[in-house]
Amino acid sequence: MSTSNLTRRGLIKNSAIAGAGFAAPTIFTASSAAAYTNEPTGGSVTLGFNVPQSGPYADEGADELRAYELAVEHLNGGGDGGMMNTFSSKELTGNGILGKKVEFVTGDTQTKSDAARASAKSMIEKDGAVMITGGSSSGVAIAVQGLCQEAGVIFMAGLTHSNDTTGKDKKANGFRHFFNGYMSAAALAPVLQSLYGSDRNAYHLTADYTWGWTQEESIAAATEAMGWNTVNKVRTPLASTDFSSYIAPVLNSGADVLVLNHYGGNMVNSLTNAVQFGLRDKIVNGKNFEIVVPLYSRLMAKGAGANVKGIHGSTNWHWSLQDEGSKAFVKSFGTKYGFPPSQAAHTVYCQTMLYADAAQRAGTFNPCGIVEALEGYEFDGLGNGKTLYRADDHQCFKDVLVVRGKENPTSEFDLLEVVEVTPTSQVIYEADHPMFAGGALGACNPGA
Amino acid sequence: MLKLNKRDTLLFVIVTAMVLLAPFLLNPFPQGSSMAQMFNAGYPDLMQRFVIFGILVIGFNILFGLTGYLSFGHAAFLGIGSYAAVWMFKLLSMNIIPALILSMIVAGIFSLVIGYVSLRRSGIYFSILTLAFAQMSYNLAYSVLGNPSSSYNLTNGETGLQLALNDPRILDGAAAANGALPVTKLFGLAMRDSYNLNVGGWLFTFNVGYYVAGILMLISFYISIRIFRSPFGMMLRAVKSNQQRMNYTGLNTKPYTLAAFVISGMYAGLAGGLLSSMDPLAGAERMHWTASGEIVIMAILGGVGTLIGPIVGAGFNEYFKNILSKINDGVLHQWLSFLPDGLENFIVGILHYFVGKGWHLTLGLLFMMVIIFLPGGLVEGGQRLAKMFKRKKTDDGSDSNNTPAE
Repeated sequence: MSTSNLTRRGLIKNSAIAGAGFAAPTIFTASSAAAYTNEPTGGSVTLGFNVPQSGPYADEGADELRAYELAVEHLNGGGDGGMMNTFSSKELTGNGILGKKVEFVTGDTQTKSDAARASAKSMIEKDGAVMITGGSSSGVAIAVQGLCQEAGVIFMAGLTHSNDTTGKDKKANGFRHFFNGYMSAAALAPVLQSLYGSDRNAYHLTADYTWGWTQEESIAAATEAMGWNTVNKVRTPLASTDFSSYIAPVLNSGADVLVLNHYGGNMVNSLTNAVQFGLRDKIVNGKNFEIVVPLYSRLMAKGAGANVKGIHGSTNWHWSLQDEGSKAFVKSFGTKYGFPPSQAAHTVYCQTMLYADAAQRAGTFNPCGIVEALEGYEFDGLGNGKTLYRADDHQCFKDVLVVRGKENPTSEFDLLEVVEVTPTSQVIYEADHPMFAGGALGACNPGA
Repeated sequence: MLKLNKRDTLLFVIVTAMVLLAPFLLNPFPQGSSMAQMFNAGYPDLMQRFVIFGILVIGFNILFGLTGYLSFGHAAFLGIGSYAAVWMFKLLSMNIIPALILSMIVAGIFSLVIGYVSLRRSGIYFSILTLAFAQMSYNLAYSVLGNPSSSYNLTNGETGLQLALNDPRILDGAAAANGALPVTKLFGLAMRDSYNLNVGGWLFTFNVGYYVAGILMLISFYISIRIFRSPFGMMLRAVKSNQQRMNYTGLNTKPYTLAAFVISGMYAGLAGGLLSSMDPLAGAERMHWTASGEIVIMAILGGVGTLIGPIVGAGFNEYFKNILSKINDGVLHQWLSFLPDGLENFIVGILHYFVGKGWHLTLGLLFMMVIIFLPGGLVEGGQRLAKMFKRKKTDDGSDSNNTPAE
């Protein structure tokens, strides 16, 4: 087979075209007349909602999508306005953002970084989205955040709890309202100490990706600081659905606390397996065996049913909160969909409102203007009390809730009860904390 | 021309024209119309996927189409190529040429090792062996070699391997001072640069990355034609029809099948390297066995053993995957708003299961229909159509010179 001839020809052809390409850059620069990527020119502005509609976090994704639709309705002046009425900033008036009607496109991240980036890319390149938001997995959120930074659009992170999102993988164009692993651990540790004492042996089962790793690191550090001993840390693949093979070794490990660094469908399955194996009825080292779920949500409690009773964890927000913002949000979400929102729904609703408000205050959709408007921004009335968007890492700081699975639920939604509201001062950390070190925000990128 | 016979030259010219004119062909609807929002596929990311997966399946077809060995682990080479390319961007330079070369070499080495072991068996055992190797690679990439807290973090696990500001990039020197990540480029040409052409209501996007990948696909396609028409290709076909007889006549078939395996592995590596060049992130899902299955599906959809089939199959699969998954209930309501409310809700309620997250279902149904009615893939459909028109025109019904278009 003689292919030498063809390669030479191919090479010549290739280099001719490449040569023509070298002359082209002047055209490319000339064509980019817009000031920033996807500058909205008509009477509407497009937002991209990129959520998992399949995979272990599909329940959270579905609830996020509901909240996004509600937020768009409120921004365009429909419904009862929800948290727009309680938000401390009064810039939003219900006629869209900067007078432009809000439209949206949706996509399925499949809880996979690759698919999520493809979906976000098509929103940016095809649909002209000026902001991307969503993601119920930190791996996905970090991947999409990187893409948005490169493409020059804003990324408003949805449900992502890994320290890395605003730690070593932080980006100037990305913002997170949700809390993180470190804050969960800081809020949870004192409660665990008062409940279970300071002489315990913990066994960690951890979802094998960025969120699991940082959650495990945070909670292990916090519990070891109060005297607990870490027996073992076992990683489980994110896509697992059966955890029996991981639970069985726990029985013989001598541990008396099981920490499930799992979320969504993972946690529902692993907790169910653990209860089936009779872990909760065991007495080890003369103490009752306990299970801890650092990151909790109502959707998970619903999935795991009666198994969650008496199990402690932390959460970003819960619908039973009695402040004005939470009440307004639960009311308008409940009116539209017939059930209360989850913490995932809450955080993405807030993110959409915060973005819209920032654009309104900045007077532009230019990512650099938005970044400036959000950095160091203090607000109130979105359900978590006084909240700060820290300029150093684009992370929100607010109170953290420690919750427990209710023993006697009064309805199918009343599954968790708030044990303690840990104030911001107790969960805040320095921007250069070792668990968050190693990354750089860089500069805001307006693209184009 | 190009040492091809007349039919192949025609085929090659048609494919070339399609690749070069894709920005026009894929954007048939004017910008802003509701049809455009859904069915236009002429945006850079999807066009790049068309040609990159085209390369992947062309390579797969050299193995499966010619020798009949069904590799169920080809996604592993795609993933390995992606990782190799991203490492090259991190360590050496943002120029895509060293990255592509390394991704082909690494994928070639892996396929040599995996092929050497797997090709000791044939048929289903070969498929299972390749599947096992692919899953092994996937788990290595996902978990064992991907833990950031360990000292051998090669793949960054589930998050995927990404560029960072503080990567060394020996050839490029100091990073840009403005704190932005550098972009992948071919010498001075950034892969993500596009030239937008506005004609009337239409918007056509000419993307650098797409044309680079497109030209590489044409080269790959040309090499594949030459392999199909070479004595080497003939030997591979002989392996497919009766390997035992060949062994009895004293021929050692192993070098031929191994060569085919390595060539197709390098094609996959090139495709992986290109994926990373267009978007410098490599994730382990690319190596999952479902991704391998998708490659097989693309090949069968298009038509196994034909020249153009793989390109058609890859394009078909990617188009429906990207388009169907983006249609949501809101869009359906918009389309069907002319119907009375009750009927509209009813139809949307049914269609709901076939679009958005249900796109797998629709694609599965389409796949079944192709397999049942067009066992030779979409290419067979094209041939039947061509035959129908030919008969109408000449009305003689004889198709003596109508050998299957390969």
